[in-house]
Amino acid sequence: MSSSFRSKSIDSILAPNPDLYEQSASDSNFLKDFGQETLALTKRLFIQLQRRPSTLVAGIIQPFMWLVLFGALFSKAPQGLFGNDLNYATFLAPGVIVFTAFSGALNAGLPIMFDREFGFLNRLLVAPLASRYSIVAASTIYIITLSFIQTAVIIGASAFVGAGFPSVMSLLAIAMIVFLIVLGVTAISMGLAFALPGHIELIAVIFVTNLPLLFASTALAPLEFMSKWLQVIASLNPLTYAIEPIRYIYMNSNWSMDSIVMHNPWFAINFMTIAVILLGFDALILLAIQPLLKRRFT
Amino acid sequence: MAAAVLIENLQKSYGNVRAVKDISFAVQSQEIFGLLGPNGSGKTTTLRCLCTLSKPDLGKISVGNVNAIANPKVARQRLGYIAQEVAIDKVLTGRELLRLQAALYHIPRKLIDPRIDQLVQALGLEDYANLKTGTYSGGIRKRLDLAAGLLHQPEVLVLDEPTVGLDIESRQLLWDFLRQLKSAGTSILLTSHYLEEVDALADRLAIIDQGRVIAEGTPSELKDQVGGDRVTLKIREFTPDQEAEQAKDMLSSLPFVDSVLVNNAQGNSLNLIVKSNTRVLTQIEQSLTSLNLPTFSLAQSRPSLDDVYLAATGKTLMDAEIAASSSRDMKKEKKQQMK
Repeated sequence: MSSSFRSKSIDSILAPNPDLYEQSASDSNFLKDFGQETLALTKRLFIQLQRRPSTLVAGIIQPFMWLVLFGALFSKAPQGLFGNDLNYATFLAPGVIVFTAFSGALNAGLPIMFDREFGFLNRLLVAPLASRYSIVAASTIYIITLSFIQTAVIIGASAFVGAGFPSVMSLLAIAMIVFLIVLGVTAISMGLAFALPGHIELIAVIFVTNLPLLFASTALAPLEFMSKWLQVIASLNPLTYAIEPIRYIYMNSNWSMDSIVMHNPWFAINFMTIAVILLGFDALILLAIQPLLKRRFT
Repeated sequence: MAAAVLIENLQKSYGNVRAVKDISFAVQSQEIFGLLGPNGSGKTTTLRCLCTLSKPDLGKISVGNVNAIANPKVARQRLGYIAQEVAIDKVLTGRELLRLQAALYHIPRKLIDPRIDQLVQALGLEDYANLKTGTYSGGIRKRLDLAAGLLHQPEVLVLDEPTVGLDIESRQLLWDFLRQLKSAGTSILLTSHYLEEVDALADRLAIIDQGRVIAEGTPSELKDQVGGDRVTLKIREFTPDQEAEQAKDMLSSLPFVDSVLVNNAQGNSLNLIVKSNTRVLTQIEQSLTSLNLPTFSLAQSRPSLDDVYLAATGKTLMDAEIAASSSRDMKKEKKQQMK
């Protein structure tokens, strides 16, 4: 607001420009607009990460501790208890990979909730976004990147404790599975961030779902170890369908889409079924949160 | 030509609280329109409905020829919204925040940086644009928020209490900037509970009280409707009750005096309403001399917007402000709005 703003040229800077909004009001640019806003929102998250890297540091230390401490806890378990020639650390690694990605995704709604409470989300809501799914997309890209870094560290650490190193094909499959589980869970968390009254409630929901979903999955023990009722719950838990294929890949270097990964209480499941289950889970969640994203905070 | 903003019979409740009962007004193209009212009168709720953050219970809202309730996305593109509390991400620099905002409004990529440079210059933010916004003072934050709201060159700029918490210099700069913005062709809607702000800036205004419009017009129209001139008289700096009453009785009997009020809160000063456009000060002073009373201060003025508010509601804006602040639970209201 220097005194120079009285000059004539300033008038053209401050004047409304209807061309600009007539242009972008047309829906023909949907994909371009969606891409632009998603990219910009993602960039914000990465700038935050770069300037406040503590989440990344903690996110790498935590799964490492899981692996070391839980591994040590069961290190005296009888040989072969968790499968042929398998030590517990190797058994555990896929569980830790999925659980780490899951926790990160479950927390994805927290920054959105804080944006809501500090009023920053209003900045996004008054803007003519192509779709509010760009907010979900940006968070997913961010969480996926973190999860891949964490997964790489866990795979490296597991190789070090004797789990072996998966082939390139296997790594791609693991990445795909991690992506599918992160997408669905991130979307749930974003939906909650739009639906719940405040961060206290969101943290409460995260708190009561996080560990119970871990224990009611095959992350720490195989399905056969569980009592019947827990087997049913674990078989309804999407985490199980992310953990089991990764574990199978770890144990069998020769796998194909037809390989039988596991038996839940009702039927046998191969990689194809896993893909269908995880894709269905994602599609269901993304559809379910649509009304939440659209809603106005009355 | 359609009004820049048209709001008709707007109603909005939060739970049991009827924040907006019946509000209608129109902002004409290229004018500054002020919504004046005490805190809690429904100003912010009205703006939230206009900017598509809240959905009205009833009523019509158009921006230009666009129905903002049916086509919120088109309305959003035409509006720039400056909230009362500037929400910035303190980890980002000013320029990074502006780049994010530009992308949210789909400004073509190659135009973004030149556009940001223009606004950074126009708002004098050159020294701050590359610093993290967490280091900004209130005035600089507000300027950054203005730059963000103007990036997409909106038809209508909407500002909620733009100068609350600003120092006097920042406030004056903001006023000048808004006038400049208007003369460049932007229509401006602002809310304020500062009388002098609306008086100084607004071409037209609506006074809002308890969720209703109670008066609308230009500042001078509204003042003329109230009628009469105002005279403030202090006999002494602190006048004894008895002298004040004595003077009141005498002044009430003068032909050009409509009413006299003794203001205890101001050391028993006397507030008179007299016939418009009559120079009465000399006569008042002479009458006081005849009672052997001195004159400490004496001034005649046109009615203020506060007098307009007083005439319509029976209380001054200041009183309404104090009453509202004691009966209002800001935290609860914020919670309500987030639901």
